[in-house]
Amino acid sequence: MRWEFDNDRPIYIQLVEKLKLFIISGQYEPGSRMLSVRDLALEAKVNPNTMQKALGELENLGLIYTKRTSGKYVTEDKKLISKFKDEMALEKVHAYLNDMKSIGFSKKEAMDYLKMSKEE
Amino acid sequence: MALVKCDGVCKSYGKNSILKNINLEIPKGKIIGLLGPNGSGKTTLIKIINGLLETNSGTVLVNGEKIGINSKKVISYLPERPYVNFNMSVKELINYFSDFYDNFDSDTAYKLLEKLNLNPNDKLNTMSKGMKEKVQLILVMSRKADLYILDEPIGGVDPATRDYILDTILTNFNDGASVIISTHLISDIEKILDEVIFIKEGSIYLTGDADELRTSKGMSIDEIFREEFKC
Repeated sequence: MRWEFDNDRPIYIQLVEKLKLFIISGQYEPGSRMLSVRDLALEAKVNPNTMQKALGELENLGLIYTKRTSGKYVTEDKKLISKFKDEMALEKVHAYLNDMKSIGFSKKEAMDYLKMSKEE
Repeated sequence: MALVKCDGVCKSYGKNSILKNINLEIPKGKIIGLLGPNGSGKTTLIKIINGLLETNSGTVLVNGEKIGINSKKVISYLPERPYVNFNMSVKELINYFSDFYDNFDSDTAYKLLEKLNLNPNDKLNTMSKGMKEKVQLILVMSRKADLYILDEPIGGVDPATRDYILDTILTNFNDGASVIISTHLISDIEKILDEVIFIKEGSIYLTGDADELRTSKGMSIDEIFREEFKC
């Protein structure tokens, strides 16, 4: 599913994460026009106010910008997008290493497992 | 100015005190969950705001005015129990509503009905419970109101119907209008709420921004509710 939420974390934070992912993955292309707040809210089945707040956050991060008359656009700054992509990749790696650590594997062993899964 | 302002609202039936000193402000442009267990006073409060019950003391203002003709014009209310004549067809009901309310938009109503594949000539008493609920919601949401008050709109319907109802609410409330949804089925609706009001034994127990409450308690609104109202 594209839009799914855990009710125990703020919805707007989860919206920011989702939208960020759509931009980083190229699902929302650089420079493309975003749907209106209302339409995005409908698509995600959330409150338009919450969607507005999430878009404000993305705007602060520089991932989207507003053209005064025609709405919101995804940034054309590919460097910035790849910076966020790197950040997310590192987060995922840390999460993986932490998970492996919690079941008793060292970093090296964790990496061996990674290699193994590649060969499968 | 708040859309609705309750000041020291008290209501009792004989010795039975139902609402105890309710102070409340409903802002514009928000979806608000009025949450509380059965018998906590949700429906009584809603009936007071709609002018169907009088307070014993305290005041309620809607757009700064006392409850009356003007407040009824701007509030679109879905009662908890069916309130329309089931011997009428959908078409007759739409005509009835559009005679009754200046701000009722028949086009919106017909458009929403089309999605349900409903024949406007069908009478309500030939329909299932879920379908009746949908029709009544459509009638209420087709008014261009400042405030929509929905008392238990998702009680007793299947999950797909619930989704349809939430969608209809999200799509059709006016810009700048507010929606009050009373329910105890919290997990189904909590992601569309801006704010919540917990009501317990006739008093306001907790109010706040839904996302802020999730952050501060690290729980869903549903879990907070279960925690606070543990029997």
